[in-house]
Amino acid sequence: MTWSQKTDERAQAIIARYPDPRSATMPLLYLAMHEDGHLTEDGMREVAARVGLTPAQVQSVASFYTMYKRDRTGRYLVSVCTSISCMLLGADDVLAAVSEETGVADGDTDEDGLFSVEHAECIGACGGAPAVQVNYELVEGVTPEQGKALCAWLREARPEVVLGDEMQELFGGQRSFEWGPSETAGAVGPFPAFEPYGTAKEGR
Amino acid sequence: MTDRILTTRMDAHPADSNVLARYEATGGYAALRTALASKTPEEIAAEVKASNIRGRGGANFPAGVKWGFLPPETRPRYLVVNGDESEPGTFKDRQLLERDPHQLVEGIALSAYALDVRQAFVYIRGEYPRPARRLQRAIDEAYEAGYLGTGILGSGFDLDITVHLGGGAYICGEETALLNSLEGRRGEPRIKPPFPAVEGLYAKPTIVNNVETLSNVPFMINQGGAAYDAIGPEGARGTRLFSLSGHVRNPGNKEIVMGMTWRDLIYGLGGGIPEDRAIKAWIPGGASAPWLLPEHLDEPVTIDDVGRLKTMLGSGAVVVMDETTCVVKAAHRIVRFFAHESCGQCTPCREGGSWLERMLARIESGDGRMMDLDLLLDVSDNISPGLTWPPKMTTICPLGPSATAPVTSIMWHFRNEVEAHITGGGCPL
Repeated sequence: MTWSQKTDERAQAIIARYPDPRSATMPLLYLAMHEDGHLTEDGMREVAARVGLTPAQVQSVASFYTMYKRDRTGRYLVSVCTSISCMLLGADDVLAAVSEETGVADGDTDEDGLFSVEHAECIGACGGAPAVQVNYELVEGVTPEQGKALCAWLREARPEVVLGDEMQELFGGQRSFEWGPSETAGAVGPFPAFEPYGTAKEGR
Repeated sequence: MTDRILTTRMDAHPADSNVLARYEATGGYAALRTALASKTPEEIAAEVKASNIRGRGGANFPAGVKWGFLPPETRPRYLVVNGDESEPGTFKDRQLLERDPHQLVEGIALSAYALDVRQAFVYIRGEYPRPARRLQRAIDEAYEAGYLGTGILGSGFDLDITVHLGGGAYICGEETALLNSLEGRRGEPRIKPPFPAVEGLYAKPTIVNNVETLSNVPFMINQGGAAYDAIGPEGARGTRLFSLSGHVRNPGNKEIVMGMTWRDLIYGLGGGIPEDRAIKAWIPGGASAPWLLPEHLDEPVTIDDVGRLKTMLGSGAVVVMDETTCVVKAAHRIVRFFAHESCGQCTPCREGGSWLERMLARIESGDGRMMDLDLLLDVSDNISPGLTWPPKMTTICPLGPSATAPVTSIMWHFRNEVEAHITGGGCPL
């Protein structure tokens, strides 16, 4: 398997932004996840060939960071923050509710590949605790009931693009701060949605 | 007197404070125009030095002094902006990136001009795609308008800015780990010296500054470094964004002049504790900071006053815990974080952190042993000898010692409650 021409062009554009191609390793790992849904050995080989490293070196880098998922990952990665501020406001109950609704334990993926559930360390939403991310798009002020409703909605609506504003509107509460104008770009898989990496898409 | 610098635009113009047109209409990029038309790089650097701003990332080191460590001759130099904001309790840089990204872009451009830098990088934590998108759009707008790129505003000054997303590793907020990560390596901190100003990105002289620090630079050029230095008490100049969370009625980022009391911050701006419950303790500067207690409520919120209480303002993250909080659970949760985020290079941190975590877990669940009490402090002492403040280190970076902060906080101030978990077979609350 090799990358499509479009992905390859994107990779070259990213590499050109750095004085040393090796610096493009992390962005290209997200491209690889975009290609395959999670980070595969093939994907790491594709990255290695473009940044001038061996596949082993790329794996060494990828394995350091929690966001490079080297196991099969659901279309919707639900990350429940359980660090100190979210814990104080009931995050453990949110995580339990999300696991119950999806039938997926913390750290697991379901058989259909629809959901992965994980507890996350602090995601910088402490003023809107407890906070949840779906494919790294944020929802703040989530109760256990709303956490369940969020997962049920994901299962029913199957949004192609996960939009933070939409989820916040439907399932969120207290925010860390006013978010300002709404965002039309969102996530298409379990990796951060960022236009220069080609991993974001315009939603509804 | 000015009491807010960073958040005025976003409060006045919530619908479009992130957009170039609004930024320009509210005085944006005037400082960059002035600088490029009529000031030398040395003059810009002198204003930042005169401001006496201390870095807002957590270490509180004077930014102007840091700039002075660059060797005069070596080129290229790099400017790296630390937007890896990951200290539990901290969410201020996220707001600055989402709500006023041009303020940061102008701060970067001014700083790059002052430092003779042609290429800057903004390292944003991977869990912040929305802030990253907002910043990237601002950068795109700035290129379009001629505030970035080649021959900026008709001058001979060129600058490129690249936004780089992290991969979910707290340790990359440590500046040398960040540089390794930006080079496409594991985010392991480097042994210092050499400091980044001498050998940083690609072993070239590099300045690493926090998002909030650089967002203040346009003000310093518009109003003068002396005007910034006139705000707040000595050693704590300027305004500062505090991230308030936990058991408070009005959580959020509060931009304040330092020097108010903790009572003013927690009960005034924070609105006090829900249902008027009693306060038990609070974390004054992120999960790495030892806790403060009700007896400290009337102490002033400044960098040095908090240092005298043997803790720190760190990243400005204040986490309030009320009387219903189980301190063992809270400490365990924080230690779990550090154990998970240890990069693994140094044995005291890698082994000690997870050992502390396991001990706290069993005490919390009621399976602790009385000998665990001494063992908790003994293991902590092996990570940070003497358990002094500021901490002594047996490790390359301060992450290991940070894991001991919640342990000493509960062992020194809440020992009875910890013991009760052991004697009573679980939480007494």
